[in-house]
Amino acid sequence: MTDSSENQTEPAAKAGKAAKAGKADKAAKAEKAVKAEKAAKGSEAAQPAAAGAAGPPTAFLEVRDLKVHFPTDDGIVKSVDGLTFSLEKGKTLGVVGESGSGKSVTSLAVMGLHRASRQQRSKVRMSGEIWLDGKELVGADPDEVRRLRGREMAMIFQDPLSALHPFYTVGQQIVEAYRVHHDVDKKTARKRAVEMLDRVGIPQPDKRVDDHPHQFSGGMRQRAMIAMALVNNPELLIADEPTTALDVTVQAQILDLIRDLQKEFGSAVIIITHDLGVVAELADDLLVMYGGRCIERGPAAEVFSAPQHPYTWGLLGSMPRIDRDQTDRLIPVKGSPPSLINVPSGCAFNPRCPYADVPKDDVTRTVRPELRQVAGGHFSACHMTQEERERIWTEEIAPRL
Amino acid sequence: MARGHRRRIPVFSYIIRRLISAVILLLIVSAVTFGIFFLLPKLAGQTTDQLAQQYIGKAPTPADIAAVKKNLGLDKPVYEQYWDFLKGIFVGVDYKFGPEAARCNVPCFGYSFKTHIEVWPEIQSRLPVTMSLAFGAAVVWLVSGISTGVISALRPGSIFDRLSMGVALAGVSLPMFFTGALALALFTYQWPIFERSDYIPLFENPFLWARTLVLPWVTLAFLYSALYARLTRAGMMETLGEDYIRTARAKGLHERKVVVRHGLRAALTPIITVFGMDLGLLLGGALITEQVFSLQGVGAFAVQAITDNDLPKVLGVTLLAAFFIVLCNLVVDVLYAAVDPRVRLS
Ligand SMILES: Nc1ncnc2c1ncn2[C@@H]1O[C@H](COP(=O)(O)OP(=O)(O)OP(=O)(O)O)[C@@H](O)[C@H]1O
Ligand code: SF4
Ligand SMILES: [Mg+2]
Repeated sequence: MTDSSENQTEPAAKAGKAAKAGKADKAAKAEKAVKAEKAAKGSEAAQPAAAGAAGPPTAFLEVRDLKVHFPTDDGIVKSVDGLTFSLEKGKTLGVVGESGSGKSVTSLAVMGLHRASRQQRSKVRMSGEIWLDGKELVGADPDEVRRLRGREMAMIFQDPLSALHPFYTVGQQIVEAYRVHHDVDKKTARKRAVEMLDRVGIPQPDKRVDDHPHQFSGGMRQRAMIAMALVNNPELLIADEPTTALDVTVQAQILDLIRDLQKEFGSAVIIITHDLGVVAELADDLLVMYGGRCIERGPAAEVFSAPQHPYTWGLLGSMPRIDRDQTDRLIPVKGSPPSLINVPSGCAFNPRCPYADVPKDDVTRTVRPELRQVAGGHFSACHMTQEERERIWTEEIAPRL
Repeated sequence: MARGHRRRIPVFSYIIRRLISAVILLLIVSAVTFGIFFLLPKLAGQTTDQLAQQYIGKAPTPADIAAVKKNLGLDKPVYEQYWDFLKGIFVGVDYKFGPEAARCNVPCFGYSFKTHIEVWPEIQSRLPVTMSLAFGAAVVWLVSGISTGVISALRPGSIFDRLSMGVALAGVSLPMFFTGALALALFTYQWPIFERSDYIPLFENPFLWARTLVLPWVTLAFLYSALYARLTRAGMMETLGEDYIRTARAKGLHERKVVVRHGLRAALTPIITVFGMDLGLLLGGALITEQVFSLQGVGAFAVQAITDNDLPKVLGVTLLAAFFIVLCNLVVDVLYAAVDPRVRLS
């Protein structure tokens, strides 16, 4: 777990690529200026050194200072703006954050799905590093990333009805996924598809394999989606809101299934959701995103028991609980998500933060807080001192949850 | 077992249902057309006497007129005349007027009293010309239109895209008279690559058959290619943004397969619909193209019939066009079911 966007030097090749467009050049300059300013202020970051930030990491998946920007007519959308995290095999990382915080863009970036087609490549600007099993993906040839896709890393999407092709049978779609990476005949692949459908709990898999997606129920479709994602035994599985489109009982079944499969295959799992209940059950680590950046991360148990960021408090406060009335949400986060084109200066959360005036000198509105270590692997990006945060948490927030 | 049935039966019953509705549609269309042709002269203020007069020579006697009226059933109510017409298709009709008599053989789609010919054999002899023109042009425009649309959609804003969409705009807006005349001027008169000649049947000499038709094909296809390129481009742009395209990419499929197998397949459905309509219409006669290139097809026949105010001929051609449109729609519906499994069950 390393993080320090200040110290990182982007590989020269990538900087060159980014500088190609005039706008990118400007953006890069502005960025450098900000970095310089911060460096001058003296990095108070009490976090581990960035491990050289150059060579391949030891973790199975390591994302370093990832930026995904989309130039649009209205300006540059900074969907992900300096994200760093890592994940080991056999572990589950939960990514939470409200709509538009960049969760999906992050997962698609890892999958290389912002650069799959020529058209996509012309519309995105990516920098930073994504290391998967010792291979760097941001600067890699898109065709190389394509060959990893579906085999080493796979993804389950939110809405299984629209994510499956309406014209092909479920079997055909799984067979296709298998045959991209395995040189086998259709019969063998079909047997494999039936086996996978059986494994994810679809009754009469040898019959249902010939059904079209619209003949499946919502939960079954998501199971089929999971079967398709797992057909090549991927080592990294990304589930982007795998249960949002489903009703509650089915949700629980699907989550159980993902957990069981992970135990069985020992893969690394990233589970994206706005539902903290989901991560509470599944995740080993938790990453909270706000406005395209990580504002808190650490072991799930710690983040839940002693959250260190006002936004996380808000998320926990708005978490529906089974033992309480659904409507009785305690401290919802007021206001609307930040614009990703004109991100608020200083702390992006400051317009909505009830504690924005706690740190002195209006620093909250002028200087962007970097992630700082709270304890062990627990980091938070807030200008308040740890004492202030702990006091507010234990005295004001925790009692109301 | 039960599931196998569940899958197969809907397809058959779907096709049967479509077939029945096609027949009903054909009956309605023919009735309406017949009705209109019955009404038209009345609206123009013609009496049945005057109508009858048209069928006879120069100076008919009142007795002649009465005989013709009786023989043709001109005084009968419209539904009886329609019924006679339908009957004629299956058993033929014998006409007697004045000193003359004529037999209109099965299938009798009308008899032109002006030129004393049966409508159907005349149309029949011209069908190969029109069909050669329509199918040939269709192949050209499908191939060029769809491939242009796909390439444009893959690189929106590129030079290829802008250029081809510009040409497409010209293709949609330039009238056939102009493009056809231009093609003739350039490739027949200026550089006589495609000499002007009458239609040569395919089975007589395939090479000459194609050579006479190349210019009409290309000119006609130019118009349609433009439409289809734009249609394909729009459809592809839409489907390439769908979630299932992202899924296909997430599998690690090669982009080419993503585009063709997943994108184009879905974008084709609306194109099939439009194609059915267009081909149906064209089989009923490519009026302008046949004129410009002096091809003696159904379209030229129709134009001649209209100019001569020869109602039986016009009615025959109109019904033929209606028949082709209904037929093509039927084929489209069946194709649709083959392409989109959701259609079969709804
Ligand atoms: N291709 C793109 N071009 C421009 N903007 C984009 C693009 N893709 C995503 N964005 C923007 O990036 C932001 C982050 O989107 P993202 O889908 O990652 O949010 P999310 O956290 O997954 O939200 P949700 O919970 O609603 O799924 C959004 O504001 C979105 O509009
Ligand atoms: S830095 Fe300031 S605005 Fe941001 S979370 Fe902390 S207190 Fe709130
Ligand atoms: Mg999302």
